[in-house]
Amino acid sequence: MMGIDPITLIVALITVSTPVLLAAIGELVVEKTGVLNLGVEGMMITGAVMGFVVAVNTGSPTLGFLAGMASGMALSLIFGVLTQLLLSNQVATGLALTLFGLGLSALLGVGYPGSTPPVVSDPFPAAMAEIPVIGPILFGHSLVIYLSVLLVAAVWYVLGYTKMGLIIRAVGENHDAAHALGYKVIRIRLMAIMFGGACAGLGGAFLSIVRVQNWVDGMTAGAGWIALALVVFASWKPWRALLGAYLFGGVTALQLRLQAAGIDIPVEILAMSPYVITIVVLVIMSSDKSRTALNAPAALGKVFHATG
Amino acid sequence: MLRLEKRPAPSRAWTAATPVLAVVLTMIAGGIMFALLGKNPFEAIRIIFWDPLFHESFAAYSRPQLLVKAGPLILIAIGLALGFRAGVWNIGAEGQYIMGAIAGASFGLAFYPSESPLIFPGMIIAGALGGWAWSMIPAILKTRFRTNEILVSLLLVYVAEKFLASAATGFLRNPEGHGFPGSRNLSRIESMNNPELISGTGMHWGIVAAFIAVITAYVLLNKHVLGYQIKLAGQAPRAARFAGVNPNRLIVLCLGMSGALAGLAGLFEVSGPAGQISIDFNVGYGFTAIIVAFLGRLHPIGILLAGLLMALTYIGGELAQLMLQIPAPAIQAFQGMLLFFLLAVDVLSTYRIRFKKEGVA
Repeated sequence: MMGIDPITLIVALITVSTPVLLAAIGELVVEKTGVLNLGVEGMMITGAVMGFVVAVNTGSPTLGFLAGMASGMALSLIFGVLTQLLLSNQVATGLALTLFGLGLSALLGVGYPGSTPPVVSDPFPAAMAEIPVIGPILFGHSLVIYLSVLLVAAVWYVLGYTKMGLIIRAVGENHDAAHALGYKVIRIRLMAIMFGGACAGLGGAFLSIVRVQNWVDGMTAGAGWIALALVVFASWKPWRALLGAYLFGGVTALQLRLQAAGIDIPVEILAMSPYVITIVVLVIMSSDKSRTALNAPAALGKVFHATG
Repeated sequence: MLRLEKRPAPSRAWTAATPVLAVVLTMIAGGIMFALLGKNPFEAIRIIFWDPLFHESFAAYSRPQLLVKAGPLILIAIGLALGFRAGVWNIGAEGQYIMGAIAGASFGLAFYPSESPLIFPGMIIAGALGGWAWSMIPAILKTRFRTNEILVSLLLVYVAEKFLASAATGFLRNPEGHGFPGSRNLSRIESMNNPELISGTGMHWGIVAAFIAVITAYVLLNKHVLGYQIKLAGQAPRAARFAGVNPNRLIVLCLGMSGALAGLAGLFEVSGPAGQISIDFNVGYGFTAIIVAFLGRLHPIGILLAGLLMALTYIGGELAQLMLQIPAPAIQAFQGMLLFFLLAVDVLSTYRIRFKKEGVA
């Protein structure tokens, strides 16, 4: 395997994983409150196009990231109103969100493919990124990447060690009991859904502004679905979502490098490998009965209608 | 204060009225979207919903297109609806559609240049088997390992798309095509052609198959024990298990049927309107069929009507692109909106809205 430098591979892996990681950590919180939002792909791609359009027009990547978050959040709010207030089926509504998001993003992005987004500056001085081996791996990234890891830590802490986390988990395990205890089930779920939307939108904006630095129709190419798979892989545990995302990023970065290196495997086989490996991992995780059954939120996907 | 009260049984009147209401709301919201794009909303809606059928110069071309586009949508949606009713979520019909087309085309091209009349029937069987086999992957993973069929079937769409790319540029590439990607043109080979059966109507074998599927699904759901089991499993999974319904058998059957129907749709498309296996011959019918299934209330006759309506938005969308320069993706957003509104107004059929004063117990 000539021409594949492990350090650049690790750097690429981190960049490739971050959009999926952001979307997955948002969806993890949503699912912890007992809501299954299959619209991650739609929110991501809308975040990607809005982030890109705003970044190109204002010249500010930060505003781009914020626009991506806001648009993901706006879309998630449609999902929230439909599923929480109008009690629609979560699977169908999530699919609708994805189909709508793919159309909307293509519409908003007309005329933008090929534009150049502003360069995102790194938070650490360039000298630090030049330290051999650990420099590029630890200090050579944009701020969003550090934020994504901090976000994982924050979600892990909040879910596991705070009262808010306890309430979130109670709502996700048994919404009727949580309601009887006086917790505002719908309000909590709506806020989680919007958090998930903001995360997915930020992931999308990172994809278009930082990773690809372009807008292409359908550019998320299933990243939202892979994020959903990652939540299952992680058994709803934040740090395992990080592990899963980097694993997935590693496979993707490696197959891209192998394609470029012209190795003797058909390009199509390499290109389908991230999806196939995601399926294989899903199978391994779900075949272990004890693990998934114990961690999946009990009220996941169920409609809550307070009668009292 | 508004509150929702669950109806003892879904209202029949509202169940029939909600799709119409959703279409009207979508027209209003879509009109606003077109106005934001700087187009005349009334003109845009007229071009999408009226002109394809009744415009004096376009209708002659558009009307046959209605069946051409509705055929695959109905065929796929019928299969999906059976699964959705049973709580089996196959959302990877697009992949099964691609694999059916590849399997059917491969069968036909393997015998090139034979002119045997058995080739086209063989292609139909191969197409159905191709889609069926692709849907068996999520089915077996679901029944054996309890793996979520939503994620697996969807992820397999991307795998199928890569496989399509390798077919179009590799093993199915036209050897006389000067190196361009894409297979031989099946619609120009007598033994593999899926012809227009009645000139000027757009009617081809795929649409015949769609009608047969509608009738079969209707009988299955209303007269056959399997249809009863499908409905029971969807509405009361626990009761179904006590009644002796084998959930695994139902998963395999529902995914298998929808996969085979999607495969058939792919084969008829590739041997007729699309003509050849090319990198992007698939235009997303597998995803739009999800909207068709819901818009048709998962009911065969409803799906027939919904398929025709959705086909109309495709054709009208192309017309609007031509006449008003409305970008093509606007129609995709429009179709997505339709599903949103449908799900939103659905609350009226299962719940009653009550006005209640605060503080009254």
